[in-house]
Amino acid sequence: MDERIIDIKHVSKSFGDKNVLRDISLYVKKGEFVTLLGPSGCGKTTLLRMLAGFLQPDEGEILMDGKDLTLVPPHQRRLNTVFQRYALFPHLDVYDNIAFGLKLKKTPSDEIDKKVRKVLKLVSMSDYEDRDVESLSGGQQQRIAIARAIVNQPEILLLDEPLAALDLKMRKDMQIELKEMHKKLGITFIYVTHDQEEALTLSDTIVVMNDGKIQQTGTPIDIYNEPVNCFVADFIGESNILNGRMLRDRRVSFINQEFDCVDEGFGEDVPVDVVVRPEDIYFTTDPARCQFKAKVNSCTFKGVHYEMWVDTESGYELMIQDYDPYPVGSEVMLYIDPDDIQVMKKERLANTYGCKVTGEGKVQFLDTDFECGTEGFQSGDSATATISFKDVELLDHEEDADLVGNIVSILYMGDRYHLTVKTETGENIWVDTNDIWDKGDFVGIKILPESIRLSKSAEGNE
Amino acid sequence: MKTGTRILSKAYLWLILVILYAPIVFIAIFSFTEAKSLGNWTGFSLSLYKNLFMGSMQNSSGLISAVENTLLIALVASAVATLLGTVAAIGIYNMKGRKKQVMSFLNNIPMVNPDIITGVSLFLLFVFLHFSQGYLTVILAHITFCTPYVVLNVLPKLSQMDPNIYEAALDLGATPAQALRKVLIPGLRPGMISGFILSFTMSLDDFAVTFFTRGTIGLDTLSTFIYTDARKGGLTPELKPLMTIIFLVILAVLLFINIRSAKNEKAS
Repeated sequence: MDERIIDIKHVSKSFGDKNVLRDISLYVKKGEFVTLLGPSGCGKTTLLRMLAGFLQPDEGEILMDGKDLTLVPPHQRRLNTVFQRYALFPHLDVYDNIAFGLKLKKTPSDEIDKKVRKVLKLVSMSDYEDRDVESLSGGQQQRIAIARAIVNQPEILLLDEPLAALDLKMRKDMQIELKEMHKKLGITFIYVTHDQEEALTLSDTIVVMNDGKIQQTGTPIDIYNEPVNCFVADFIGESNILNGRMLRDRRVSFINQEFDCVDEGFGEDVPVDVVVRPEDIYFTTDPARCQFKAKVNSCTFKGVHYEMWVDTESGYELMIQDYDPYPVGSEVMLYIDPDDIQVMKKERLANTYGCKVTGEGKVQFLDTDFECGTEGFQSGDSATATISFKDVELLDHEEDADLVGNIVSILYMGDRYHLTVKTETGENIWVDTNDIWDKGDFVGIKILPESIRLSKSAEGNE
Repeated sequence: MKTGTRILSKAYLWLILVILYAPIVFIAIFSFTEAKSLGNWTGFSLSLYKNLFMGSMQNSSGLISAVENTLLIALVASAVATLLGTVAAIGIYNMKGRKKQVMSFLNNIPMVNPDIITGVSLFLLFVFLHFSQGYLTVILAHITFCTPYVVLNVLPKLSQMDPNIYEAALDLGATPAQALRKVLIPGLRPGMISGFILSFTMSLDDFAVTFFTRGTIGLDTLSTFIYTDARKGGLTPELKPLMTIIFLVILAVLLFINIRSAKNEKAS
């Protein structure tokens, strides 16, 4: 079972000047259920379309059973696709839709008959062969689309958000059926979705993607319990993501408090990101177990559990999920198990940009001119500009701004928001702020001269 | 007051309909009498119809060959235009952004261009290229002005289609040619048929373009034949039954199409 059926090696793709996929490497084992998970625009569908053969990689190669797929046209690949909006042929009835692939292969008609009936039974649509596909409901059309793909006995089934157009109840039912189908057929499923819950439910392996890059690959349990960065922690499930400091091996501090943890190898006194899942913060009445105190500021019933927000004495806000509610305003004692603290290396400590000194007190980066102290530099020098997250000011107007951008992501860090702002030239600026902004907001960005620190660029940092 | 406006609006509608259909009804009525000059009623008679079908009228061979030419040119031109227009529509549909807009715009210009300008410019082009004018030039000219209408009819069908349908066919093992034949064309068929019918009627009643591109070999279509005939001293009386028949045939085709599409709508 450990045989690799698909091997994606250093694949990149851009449309115009937009990099959709950047150096993707990934392998899929035979019989696995692999999910490509990520927000819209992360490149997951592009990758799937490359596997199907509708797109060619700009760089890199895709191997199937060790053979290069690049020059194999879609109709000769031994894989079939289930499309997001079904893509059934409206001029054919259910039977002819399913038989389409078999007829092209010149399969004898009695064999086609047998196979179509068998596959219709598998998707529980046995009495529908003569129906017009447009008279079927969304869920039924989806089943026919799946039947049409698997009747050809592909080695790999590609599914492009196949459940996105269905309502919640239907989606849950189909998830279970897909999982069973995967078991029964024993073929490889490669599934694309933006729904993290769907991915956790269905997959053997999840590939989390963002911004054209693979963020993390692992089993659902690995991904959930040990996210490698803030993006994964935030995208999969609910999280408290906090700034922390790794004091030494197995000892971390966050929310102004020291905790034991199980992580090692970060070094001593290193800034880190800490993730604690809301269900992993426990209430206690035993003062000996209490690690920190907090005050409940909201409590909402969520069906199975209660979701509470608490303010810690040190001024951080945390989300807690528990089966028992605690009244708003009450003082509670809390603790976190060392096992449940996930420590992650910080991806960056400040904004850094390669820049050019253009004159006395003038530098240029992000395609914009800024003023700042340039002692020790001469006009024409290349340097690195560093701006800490909290020194970038966001404005709701353009007039006084140095440049403009859109907020592409917001991360709540317990006492502040960490925003990613994409400038018009496609570069990211990270900002810490206490103000509330919305994703997608168009903002002006201002950086004061005293906030920019110049340093000699060691390795031509572009 | 209210009933007053209602009567008025009904009367207006009927007036418009009468104005629209009076000339056709007039010709139809006078096709059933023998009188040579239009407007004289000399009693009911089928002799004009008899003359038309028996060929016992002056210049009847000219008329018959004009009808044959018209049908032949219309058939060939609209068939070729349907083919070209469909391919062009698929190409335009797959273009992106600005290019697509420009191409759609370029496609629309020939449709609003006056026939007389199309005719004269084609005439000049053929002369410039030393094309001997005749069947070929007339058919080429008709293809030219029919193709944009096919594009216009096929494009909306393409945008109604599921964008993945072609890829789905490839995915299931169809070669690009098979995908085109078995999936794309059946989906576009209604648009292609309406484009064909529109082209056919446009070609049937074209006068200006035909007149300038038919050359001097004596090629006549129905419209040029009638034009020459009328200039020679009064219309041949047998044209009245011919026009009545053409009108009835077109009416029947239209009714058939409308009833069928109404039925299809009900079915889906």
